[in-house]
Amino acid sequence: MIRHFLVSLIFALALPAQAALDPQLVRQLTDEDSGTKVTAIRQMALAADPEAVRVLKAMAEDNLFVAGSQVVIIEGEQAFDAATGKPVKMPASPESPTVNNRIRGELAAALAALKLLDADRAVRLQAVQALQRKAEPELAPLFERALKAESDPQIKGLLAIAKAQADLGNKDPAVRRAAVMVLGETTSPAIRSLLLPLTEKAREPNDRVRYAAISAVKAIDGRLSISENLGRVFTGLSLGSILLLAALGLAIIYGVMGVINMAHGELLMVGAYSAYTMQSIFRTWLPDYIDWYLPAAIPLAFFAAAAVGVLMERTVIRWLYGRTLETLLATWGLSLILIQAARVLFGAQNVEVSNPSWMSGGIELLPNLILPWNRIIIIGFALFVLFLVWVLMNRTRLGMFVRAVTQNRSMAGCVGVPTSRIDTLAFALGAGIAGLGGVALSQISNVGPDMGQGYIVDSFMVVVVGGVGQLAGAVWAALGLGIFSKLLEGWAGAVIAKITILVCIIIFIQKRPQGIFALKGRFVD
Amino acid sequence: MSNRRNFIKATVLSAALASIGMAAHAADTIKVGILHSLSGTMAISETALKETALMTIEEINKAGGVMGKKLEPVVVDPASNWPLFAEKARQLLTKDKVAVTFGCWTSVSRKSVLPVYKELNGLIFYPVQYEGEELEKNVFYTGAAPNQQAIPAVEYLMSKDGGEAKRFVLLGTDYVYPRTTNKILRAFLKSKGVADADIMEDYTPFGHSDYQTIIAKIKKFASEGKKTAVVSTINGDSNVPFYKELGNAGLKATDVPVVAFSVGEEELRGVDAKPLVGHLAAWNYFMSLKNPQNEKFVKMYKEWAKKQKLPNANTVVTNDPMEATYVGIHMWKQAVEKAKSTDTDKVIAAMAGQTFDAPSGFKLKMDETNHHLWKPVFIGEIKADGQFNVVWKTKGPVRAQPWSPFIPGNDKKKDEPETK
Repeated sequence: MIRHFLVSLIFALALPAQAALDPQLVRQLTDEDSGTKVTAIRQMALAADPEAVRVLKAMAEDNLFVAGSQVVIIEGEQAFDAATGKPVKMPASPESPTVNNRIRGELAAALAALKLLDADRAVRLQAVQALQRKAEPELAPLFERALKAESDPQIKGLLAIAKAQADLGNKDPAVRRAAVMVLGETTSPAIRSLLLPLTEKAREPNDRVRYAAISAVKAIDGRLSISENLGRVFTGLSLGSILLLAALGLAIIYGVMGVINMAHGELLMVGAYSAYTMQSIFRTWLPDYIDWYLPAAIPLAFFAAAAVGVLMERTVIRWLYGRTLETLLATWGLSLILIQAARVLFGAQNVEVSNPSWMSGGIELLPNLILPWNRIIIIGFALFVLFLVWVLMNRTRLGMFVRAVTQNRSMAGCVGVPTSRIDTLAFALGAGIAGLGGVALSQISNVGPDMGQGYIVDSFMVVVVGGVGQLAGAVWAALGLGIFSKLLEGWAGAVIAKITILVCIIIFIQKRPQGIFALKGRFVD
Repeated sequence: MSNRRNFIKATVLSAALASIGMAAHAADTIKVGILHSLSGTMAISETALKETALMTIEEINKAGGVMGKKLEPVVVDPASNWPLFAEKARQLLTKDKVAVTFGCWTSVSRKSVLPVYKELNGLIFYPVQYEGEELEKNVFYTGAAPNQQAIPAVEYLMSKDGGEAKRFVLLGTDYVYPRTTNKILRAFLKSKGVADADIMEDYTPFGHSDYQTIIAKIKKFASEGKKTAVVSTINGDSNVPFYKELGNAGLKATDVPVVAFSVGEEELRGVDAKPLVGHLAAWNYFMSLKNPQNEKFVKMYKEWAKKQKLPNANTVVTNDPMEATYVGIHMWKQAVEKAKSTDTDKVIAAMAGQTFDAPSGFKLKMDETNHHLWKPVFIGEIKADGQFNVVWKTKGPVRAQPWSPFIPGNDKKKDEPETK
């Protein structure tokens, strides 16, 4: 009952102003000085005039213009007077007022504050969520009003946090202390940084408030450190999944044939360029379905890279089996040819491969832990490819033959395995998987002719550490290297981390040349 | 017998003709070297400079060339490979005998070619913002010195409109330009009362593509109670994964603004700029500036891109180092005409005090003594379409201080190049 009364009271207060805004105030929005603009925005927010939303929204979207003494909103081809909202003639040379970060932040806060009294629950929820990061002390009365009018428990809770943030600047120590207590229950780095100044004696003279702030910061820190560690593990997993995608194909090729394929990085590049090609095809022919170019690129990348692999195997590598040094040089030469071919076909510059909209942004697990979609999807994709390879190697006839050839080539040949055909197929499979890795890479790094060079060393590290001819080895090595290098990076920086990893691997290979997992059985070299 | 004589005659005659032809040919053109990476990690930034140089040369040739001679561009590709820069520079000077070179982007490439130009007394125009700490007779610097870019940008971040930043992350690629710039900035911040604990410095290798850890570190650093800003000197194609990660991690410009010194319109073409709205860049020119010179410059480049069928020709952009290249070539032309010679020493003398109406909308002047341009400083915020919205600018061109006063010992250095 009381709530209804209050709501109607607010509406009654707002009603007279609804017809038009104060032109003086609107004019101030376009003032040269940012300080004047900020004052005007805050006044408009405090007045809680629904009309203000229209003007502030236009300003936030760069649709507010000044022409002489006139302030207008321009939408498409039509101009409206900012204060009254009535259509006016299009002015000759409209100039837009400068909207910088400070103004943009103020506008977002003001718009959110204005929506706190909206009739729609979803709008109110969104508004109060936008106010969680930073709430200006000036807005405290508005929060109070909204809090009284609110009935939804979730929004009420969030409003209380917003109000507490605004109350931190209150003159009364008791109000400040109550605000600190409310904020101590949250888990957000933004609120932590709001509370920190209150822990200093110079900034907070009242002892009781200060002690409350200190213990609140401690409580937040404890909760934050959990999500920080989770974040570290996630970045390690993400790097590991990329290493795995890059190295899986190499593990098969190196494992089965003992070929040191220096052109492996270029097979990744072929995959990445396939994604680019598919994107261009979709842009030209199917612009409405552009978001789905990536799934379409997966088979293309697999077959394109596999085709390049077969070509390499049939024309060059086939004639050099058993001569490790020659294959090393020959495949290096092939890699140069492939790089040059990409330069001729696509140009020397990097090409732009954009994330589809469903891969942009991230999911906010905790206030300071946002997991980007592209990384989550790549981890999932790596698992999918791994599963596919596992099924192929362990559940199919081809896989059995490949394993047989890996373990003992001449014996496999004796019992009727067509070893040379298996070689070609295994090479094609390894190359195709590299192509799939290339599609994943195109989503997080640059696509250019020599992008493969950066991954060849990492791929070999994974294969060598994991042990030759073992999928499990590659998986453990990729994840281990990923997490280890991310932990090191956090502690010592990217440059030192890279060096340390290489030194560690050299030492590891000295101690255990066969890698983490070694094939047991009789080898014929 | 007669056969043989005829043969000798013919040979002598043709040799004479050939040498006349060659002489005539040499008299017709002035060779101009263009030394920019067209492949490798820096190609993202440098290819456009090559195109600008070729365009400007064509513009000058159409207007009658220099002293009645046509300019003949010699383009080489040092492939983002620093020692190769020196090799190609030597080739330009000794084999092609170019009168002047326009080239280099990274400081490490400039340092690599410097001994060659000093040894052979060549002339090179360097069009990119850099760390200062250098003043060579054979180089003209048409990009910004630290006091024309880095320091105004940080001052802006500390101002009320810039968000009153109190903590700074200095992030860069691991080579001489970011390290020296950050050294200067650290000294500058200290002079403004920022404590060492409030400065975080971090470097990544060239071509680094995984910025997850660094973004997480920035987020943590930003939650320590004071307004934080990031100053980025990341160079080359690493910027694309950096900004992608920044957008995906939800780090907004209103929370933690990033100001970049090597990211312009060209670099943002490869990125979806919507999540980056509000992040900043400090330059001496933006494509979005409104003035007649700039309109002409942008239109000329767009037409050039269409004519040359550059990739994505309909979306080409102009940026600061391109403007600096354009200004540099025109000033060199004016100096040659003033000196009436392409001789290195005469042109150097004639360069002092040259002025040019630049696309930045100001009349830029080559300083009388220190080989640097006077430049205006603009700070722009990234807009959703990848262009910049100028939010702050200096009143007029600023004189360069190649020897930053924030590095100890620099007060004793002379503000002009050593002459042997």
